[in-house]
Amino acid sequence: MSALPLLNSLDMARFVARGFLRFDAVVPDEINAQFLAEAGEAPEPGAKMRQTYGRLLAGSGIPEVPPGVPLSAAYAQGSAIDRLLNLPRVAGAIQSLVGPDPVFDHHFLHVTFPPAYYEAGGGENVSQHTHQDSTIDPQAGFDLQIMYYPHQVTRPMGGTRFIPGTHLRKVSEIALGRYQNIAGQQHMVCEAGTLLFLHNGVWHGGGVNHADRTRTMFKIRMNPSQPQVRRWDMKTLPEAPAERPIFFVKSHLPETVESILMTPEPWFEQDTGRLEFLNRVKLWRHLSGDPTFDADYWATRLENPARA
Amino acid sequence: MRQKVLVLYLANSALDAPTVAWAVYDGTGETRPMAGDNDEAPYRTGVDALKDGWRLIQAAQILPHSRGDEFDLAYLKYEFFFEKLVETTP
Repeated sequence: MSALPLLNSLDMARFVARGFLRFDAVVPDEINAQFLAEAGEAPEPGAKMRQTYGRLLAGSGIPEVPPGVPLSAAYAQGSAIDRLLNLPRVAGAIQSLVGPDPVFDHHFLHVTFPPAYYEAGGGENVSQHTHQDSTIDPQAGFDLQIMYYPHQVTRPMGGTRFIPGTHLRKVSEIALGRYQNIAGQQHMVCEAGTLLFLHNGVWHGGGVNHADRTRTMFKIRMNPSQPQVRRWDMKTLPEAPAERPIFFVKSHLPETVESILMTPEPWFEQDTGRLEFLNRVKLWRHLSGDPTFDADYWATRLENPARA
Repeated sequence: MRQKVLVLYLANSALDAPTVAWAVYDGTGETRPMAGDNDEAPYRTGVDALKDGWRLIQAAQILPHSRGDEFDLAYLKYEFFFEKLVETTP
C-alpha cells in the first residue's frame, strides 16, 4: 500500500465526472519563487511576439526533455519542478490518477503577455481558441496534464479557461475553435502555487491578458506506464454501489460516487447529457476494474441480456 | 453593408430550447468578440434572438446515429447561425 496521501473515491468520481481537480495554493511560496527564477524573466516589450517568446524560452533554465523518459528522471533533483512533483499531496494525486512511474510526455512554459507587448511589437492581443490538446483520442484511459500557476492570477490577467465535463468528447484538437463561450466555463483565477489537474480531453484555452504584467503557467503532460486500475485509496470505495431511486425522488440524497457521476454540467444538451452519464460510467468501470458498475441504471437498462 | 454573425448552440433541436454555448463575429469591426469574453449567454433561447432582429440563416441537421457509434460524443449538436446586416458608412 502506498504511503502517499492518495485521492479518495469521491475526488476520483469528481475527476471522472468533470475532468479536473483543483489544488489551491498547494505549492509553497519558496518553490514558487524558485520556479519563477528558473523560468527566467520575459524580455522587455519591443520585439515581435514570436521573437519575444523565442528569447524567453532560450534564456529559461527549464530543461529541454525528450518525450518518453520516466517523469522521475525529467527534472534535476532539487529543481523547483522536482520539488513540486515530490510534494506528498501532489505525488499522491498523480499516483491515484495515472499510477506509479508515469512517463514524461511534454511540458511547456505558457507566458501570456500584457497589452504593452502588442502595442510595441505588433500582433493582436486575443484569447486562445478553445481546443482539446493533441489529437483525437479514442482510448479508455487518459493522460494527466498538470497546470501550475506559480504566481497569483487575477481575472484581468485572463487565466486558463476550461469547460468542466468536456473531457469525454472525441474531438479533433482546435476543430471546436468556433465555440467562443460555453455555459459553465471557468477561468483560473487563483493564488500562487495553485495546481489544476486536467484529464487530457478537457476543452480549454488561454485567456487574454489585460493586466500590466505577464502571466505564467507551466504545463506538464504525463502518461501512465501501467494500467490505471484501482490506483486511488481503495479503502474509501464502498463494496456495493449506492443504488438510489431515479426520476421519482422525494428527498435530497447524500453525495456518493454515483451522485457525483450523475451531476450534469450547465452546457449539457438534453439528450447527449444522458450519453455523457453513460460515458462517465464506462470510465469508472475502467478505473475501478468493475465491469458491472452502473449509476442510475443507465447502462444496466441497455445491457439487459433478456433484450439481446 | 456588413454582416454580424451570431451562433447559438441550444439544448435540443427546438429554436426555443435554452442556449448552452454561443459565439459572435462582427463584420463591422466595431467590436472584437473572442473566446471566453462572456460568461452569460446573449439570448436565453434562439427565439429570443429572432425577437431581437437576428435572421436565422442555418440550422444543424438532425442526423441518425450510425450503428456502433451511438454513444460517441464529439461536437455540440444543435448549432444555429443567425445574421444581422448593418449599414456602414463608406
